Amino acid sequence: MESLLELKQVEAFIQHYHILHDISFEVPKSEVTVLLGRNGAGKTTTLRTIMGLNQVSKGTVRFKGEEISNRSTHQIAKRGIGYVPEDQGIFNGLTVGENMRVAMKKEDEETTKRMEWVLELFPDLKKFWKKEGGQLSGGQKQMLAISRAYVNRNDLLLIDEPSKGLAPIIVDKVTESIQQMKEQTTIVLVEQNFMMASNIGDHFYIIDDGATVHHGKMEELKEDKITMKKYLGIA
Amino acid sequence: MDLLISLVINGLATGMLIFLLAAGLTLIFGLMSVLNFAHGGLFIWGAYTGVWVFQMSNSFILGIIAAISIGLLLGLVTERLIVRPVYGNHIQQILITLGFMLVLQELIKVVFGPDQKAVFPPDILAGSFIVGDIVLIKYRLFIIAIGILIFVISTIILKKSRIGLIVRAGVMDKEMIQSLGINIKLVFMLVFMVGAGLAGLSGVLHSVYSGVIYAEMGLEFSILAFIVVVIGGMGSFSGSLFAAILVGLAQAFMAYYVPALSLAVNMLLMTIVLIFRPQGLFQVKG
Repeated sequence: MESLLELKQVEAFIQHYHILHDISFEVPKSEVTVLLGRNGAGKTTTLRTIMGLNQVSKGTVRFKGEEISNRSTHQIAKRGIGYVPEDQGIFNGLTVGENMRVAMKKEDEETTKRMEWVLELFPDLKKFWKKEGGQLSGGQKQMLAISRAYVNRNDLLLIDEPSKGLAPIIVDKVTESIQQMKEQTTIVLVEQNFMMASNIGDHFYIIDDGATVHHGKMEELKEDKITMKKYLGIA
Repeated sequence: MDLLISLVINGLATGMLIFLLAAGLTLIFGLMSVLNFAHGGLFIWGAYTGVWVFQMSNSFILGIIAAISIGLLLGLVTERLIVRPVYGNHIQQILITLGFMLVLQELIKVVFGPDQKAVFPPDILAGSFIVGDIVLIKYRLFIIAIGILIFVISTIILKKSRIGLIVRAGVMDKEMIQSLGINIKLVFMLVFMVGAGLAGLSGVLHSVYSGVIYAEMGLEFSILAFIVVVIGGMGSFSGSLFAAILVGLAQAFMAYYVPALSLAVNMLLMTIVLIFRPQGLFQVKG
């Protein structure tokens, strides 16, 4: 199957700390690839490195066949990658509407349709359209962050821990939204909540101590108790 | 009563001049966390160039246009050559921009000569109106009007336009705005240039206000602008207007009632704000 994104032996530092030692994985088109691993394994740094927010010190990152390692973040985003960071990246002083407007690369018919679709999916955003981002609940902020990444026609979405700190009922809503989005775009998901990850993911890669150590189909991992215990601490 | 009104007008006029200088400074700091001590150099170049063109052409409007233009041009040069290599390092920013400020200051002496120069207002803005017992100096009212106009235009741009939205979002979260495909460096360069243009405008307006120009006045006046940025809240545009008016009024009243404290009052205000509200009076939401 054709790969949309490919990382080969990627290494990265944060200041003097060698965080990523050997990250290699491929993301097939139209599927959801989940990055799993314990806290501090390097999952978030991997997404930030793909986005150009951390420098690649060795190795390559290719998107749609083109090398994007160490390009500027805005150039990478313009090539069709949407990013939902771990902290959601909401502009707290802007209203919900302004948060959406600033994200829209175009104001054409397709973007308008996508906007209508996310507002139908998350009616709270419509309800609180004029409310400042900083006044939203954690769940509403996550909905806004996902909507903002989805409103443009991106080929790939990088979503970092969308369930973090959310109530179970909101996690279900977010899971449902990502399941609907996967019909239309390719997704790389970083997620600690294994239940959510296994419901959404098609493939997985396990990252341990800054290196990809295991991968396969999500269905296989559910049955592989030894790997789950060894790398994810799930009994 | 007439004394009170005179002091208020003096304070507002000084406040508006400081605001024009501080407005660019606060956005530059808020957007890219850059401490730009060269801002006073842009102010002084605006002052000298504007006054020179005004005196040569006898047109104050041409002088203002020249001051803004030299500000924009020097802003471009400063951002590309001086500030861009030191993003993310405050110590280097202070050293290099302070050094560049001194270079700009000395270049003034080379180009325009080392002596102070007297500046007189254009005929249309000279003199005063008398309303009852109150004397209203025309040029001070003109400065207040320009300050309000610039604040209103800038606020409309910041609140209503897409570029304004991007600037406000960039002040709150630089990484996220880049992740949305926006070239923050280009935005920053534009903001830097506009800030420098406003510094140039402040320079030429201040020259006529004080009646004299000299090369060192850039550094002196930019310290006031830094105080205003700290009091108003770094990155807050409205905060810089509020703080500039506060500083202007405090200076005007102190100069009349307690002249010995007129220079210290700004530092005193900043100290009080830093003790009780270290983030400034108007905090930018991250």
